[in-house]
Amino acid sequence: MASWLTLIFGIMGVINRAHGSVYMIGAYLAWSLAQHLGSFWLAIPAGLALSVALGFVLEWLFIKRLYQRDHLYQVLLTYGLILIFEELRSILWGDDVHGVAVPALLAGSIPLTDTLSYPVYRLWISAVCVALAVGLYLLIQRTRLGMMIRAGAANREMTQSLGINIGWLYRWVFALGVAMAAFAGMIAAPVSSVFPGMGNQVLIVCFVVVVIGGIGSVKGALVAALLIGLADTFGKVVELEIAGIRVLPELAGMSIYLLMAAVLLWRPEGIFGRRLA
Amino acid sequence: MARTSALIEARGLHAHYGASHVLHGVDLVLGAGETIGLMGRNGMGKTTLLRSMLGLLTPSDGQVRIRGADMTGAAPHRVARAGIAFVPEGRGIFPNLSVRENLVMAARAGVRGQRDWTLARVLETFPRLAERLAHGGQQLSGGEQQMLTIGRALMTNPDVLILDEATEGLAPLVAQDIWRILRRVRDTGIGAIVVDKNFSAVSSVADRIVVMVKGRVEYDGAARSLHDDAALRHRLLAV
Repeated sequence: MASWLTLIFGIMGVINRAHGSVYMIGAYLAWSLAQHLGSFWLAIPAGLALSVALGFVLEWLFIKRLYQRDHLYQVLLTYGLILIFEELRSILWGDDVHGVAVPALLAGSIPLTDTLSYPVYRLWISAVCVALAVGLYLLIQRTRLGMMIRAGAANREMTQSLGINIGWLYRWVFALGVAMAAFAGMIAAPVSSVFPGMGNQVLIVCFVVVVIGGIGSVKGALVAALLIGLADTFGKVVELEIAGIRVLPELAGMSIYLLMAAVLLWRPEGIFGRRLA
Repeated sequence: MARTSALIEARGLHAHYGASHVLHGVDLVLGAGETIGLMGRNGMGKTTLLRSMLGLLTPSDGQVRIRGADMTGAAPHRVARAGIAFVPEGRGIFPNLSVRENLVMAARAGVRGQRDWTLARVLETFPRLAERLAHGGQQLSGGEQQMLTIGRALMTNPDVLILDEATEGLAPLVAQDIWRILRRVRDTGIGAIVVDKNFSAVSSVADRIVVMVKGRVEYDGAARSLHDDAALRHRLLAV
């Protein structure tokens, strides 16, 4: 999800704060579609199709007007979208917390020791995320379409003058970005439950990932996501005392922000960001 | 039917940048396979004329036609797909793509389905690029970057190349190299509009010279006559 956020930012120059809301919408879609269609597995493709359509409409109605504008406009507009999505969610689905059942196929656990086990569903999520990350990397780095997308990020006008319809290309990139955010929400629904405001939490972490990895760098986003996952997890389990004061796990909630601060001190442009002039 | 031979033409073109009126009714006609040298001092409207013809700027009045079809204010990618390739001032390579990617991303069959220019042929024309295929665009010298933009434009199999200050800021030997290549490209039947300040180099490739002064065409004729008329040349170009 962070990688698509960084992609949209880096390529299209648009800060999309509504990404977290789309994540939430995805989770609600998974919940309500799974009820209507009777299956989590049917809910996912249906939800994906709906979110691609949503992305198309959003880009066409709002986002395409923002490419040449100052980032402040983008922050304001996408903040407005957050409020609209929250209201829509409230009207459509209410304000209750919901749970989505883990699909039966992945409901088991793998026993690790006598007392520890790991749910199969979480493994499946990891596998799906790795597959998507690899797919995204290949798409951007190895295909002609990816070259065009990167060329558009570097010089929009020149890319057009080579016969490439940038408006159309970006609409697809944005729609896919929206679909990926919604997809993240859908597959997270069975593990995190579905609740109002769930997107905001994720959005903040996403921005941290983007800043650490370097704005506009897909590779950076992937590495940063791993780093943050490690920092967050170890921050909660490692015990660390400095000068007699217990630092960890007491400050675990801050660990990812401390990591961000450290990276920014070391490389202000992020690990894989372009050097600032 | 009289105009069917014109590949791209501007008729009575006016253009503004904000409040300033840059083009004052410009006519420019390029026939198939023809090469025009577009000259004039700085700020006379050459780049504005090119940008208006390429769809990068919407003219305030007048028409742009490609093969007789009205393309005034058409999106730049439609102009490109009509066979018009642009080599901009300042080179416009993609620094985040390798040399190979810069070339491959632009590859396309021409308007008549022609695929004369392939990666192999472009690399044969620009051997320097062949040695640097895996390099990033930003690692190239100025001359190599210019060759890359020309090579990339050729990958689209165009009917017309539009070059804005292609040799600006290049060492004389490198510039000579570029002119030699442009003559070779012209001899394959690709037309061109070449903007440059070097009169003798431009006249070595151009069939016709067009000189712009203050947003108007003040001369449109053979390179030879302008070459022979020193007074006129001095008045128009200060050379």
